[in-house]
Amino acid sequence: MQLYLPIADIPVNVFLILAMGAAVGFVSGMFGIGGGFLMTPLLIFVGIAPAVAVASVASHIAASSFSGAISYWRRRAIDPALALVLLCGGTVGTALGVWTFTLLRSLGQLDLMIALSYVVLLSTTGALMFWEGLRAILRVRRGVAVPMRRSGSHGWIHGLPLKMRFKRSKIYLSVVPIVVVGLIIGFIGAVMGIGGGFILIPIMIYLLRVPTSTVIGTSMVLTLVTMVFATMLHAVTNHLVDAVLALILMVGGVTGAQFGARAGQKIRGEHLRLLLGLLILAVGIRFAIELVIQPDDLFTIRETGGTG
Amino acid sequence: MIARISLAALGVALLSTTCAVPARAERLIASVSNHRVTVTPNYSGEELVLFGSVEKDASTPANRTNYDLVVTVAGPRADMVTRRKERKFGIWVNTDYRQFLKVPTYLALFSNRPFDALASPEVERRQQLGLNNVLLTQRVGPDYADVVPNDAFRSAFVRLRSEHGLYREETSAVTFLTPTLFRTGIPLPAEVPIGTYDVEIKLFSDGHFLTRTETAFEIVKVGFEQFVATTARQNGFVYGLVTAFMALMTGWMASIVFRKD
Repeated sequence: MQLYLPIADIPVNVFLILAMGAAVGFVSGMFGIGGGFLMTPLLIFVGIAPAVAVASVASHIAASSFSGAISYWRRRAIDPALALVLLCGGTVGTALGVWTFTLLRSLGQLDLMIALSYVVLLSTTGALMFWEGLRAILRVRRGVAVPMRRSGSHGWIHGLPLKMRFKRSKIYLSVVPIVVVGLIIGFIGAVMGIGGGFILIPIMIYLLRVPTSTVIGTSMVLTLVTMVFATMLHAVTNHLVDAVLALILMVGGVTGAQFGARAGQKIRGEHLRLLLGLLILAVGIRFAIELVIQPDDLFTIRETGGTG
Repeated sequence: MIARISLAALGVALLSTTCAVPARAERLIASVSNHRVTVTPNYSGEELVLFGSVEKDASTPANRTNYDLVVTVAGPRADMVTRRKERKFGIWVNTDYRQFLKVPTYLALFSNRPFDALASPEVERRQQLGLNNVLLTQRVGPDYADVVPNDAFRSAFVRLRSEHGLYREETSAVTFLTPTLFRTGIPLPAEVPIGTYDVEIKLFSDGHFLTRTETAFEIVKVGFEQFVATTARQNGFVYGLVTAFMALMTGWMASIVFRKD
């Protein structure tokens, strides 16, 4: 069934978009991430302008992270104080990101920037995650006990001022690194059209030492708020959010996420990380190849306004 | 259905054009099958039909029948940028670019035989016959000018637009039903730009330009599409709020529907 998208200005097959939403939703439910890093490239691949894809995916991620956040809230797996501090940085980062997005679009370098940041971010995160998962699996194979984290170990992060106690996560930490992390994630999310969960979760676990019980739920709150904010800003400044496209994605996404979450519970943690690492790495490499090999067409056209 | 509407439209066109009689040997009368194309949710391209006839009067040489026609359809104009990628530091990036000013977003040229067969190169150039001769203004430094047809940016621009079905040139599309009655199809692709389309019909004979006429049609979004597009443009804030609210509702509904307990 063909449907004409009012903002993207092209007809698309509803079932194709719905299936894409469901497939990405499945992955996102399985790994507890937003899945924007898969959705945006897929939309670009079916012919939707990168700028429209980035702006519309923001609202899609908002929907899937909201349904996730609700269920984590019921399980008391969200640290409200930590989420609030992250959001302080997150909102500022998002605003900066949308501003940068508009600037890059006018310079004609938006597509390149999106592709480059995908390559750098996805390849490194994917490789690290893959490597970490592989090591964990090998350790289990060899029967070596997983070294417990020493609770007394303090990195330089723990020496920073403005410390605050986060009751539900049971950590005592400076707000400075948390705000900075929120800022970076908000910025990346708005520019690249991703929620940033797949970067945020490792940072929170390994750098901020947030316990795994509250990590996913709390990161979902950040994703939710930054993506709602990003949707608003993209709608106000660039007029590029396609509500019809977003709605189809959302319906597919939230449905897929439920089945993904169930499938994810049946797989062991380290295997899950290995799989996710591979997936992220694959998307990163795909973007890298596209940048390195000669494109089919060296020329591109873009409208700069003045339509009568 | 289309035929009946177009005949009626032709009748209207006939009536309206008889008022102003130019002092020429021939007159052109033409009309399109639909003056208002609506883009609805299931729009996926359309084809309009242009009908017309060559009217002769007393001063027309009696033996003149070898008419040639060129139909130019130009969509709403916009500024566009063509960029060229080059390899820099091992990756392909946009480097050089050219600005095209107020060029048609849709451009179609139809005729009954090849342009170089129906007029001399000089006439072809002056009457802008063919994609190679249509004026596509570029900003060249401080000047505004068109460039030679084989310019890299110009030809890439025309090629890319043609690949999307937005620029086209067909030299056998115009058919004469009788020596003076003609028709041609105007194919509109799925990703057609919204706006007013000018149709210009030029009549030639023995390589000489005789007369021309104009008509127009518009492509509009209606109903829901129109509502969404204008709201997004004019009330970005409200549009964003509604979209965000829609996202939250969808998420909330999903968490209720799929609640496990």
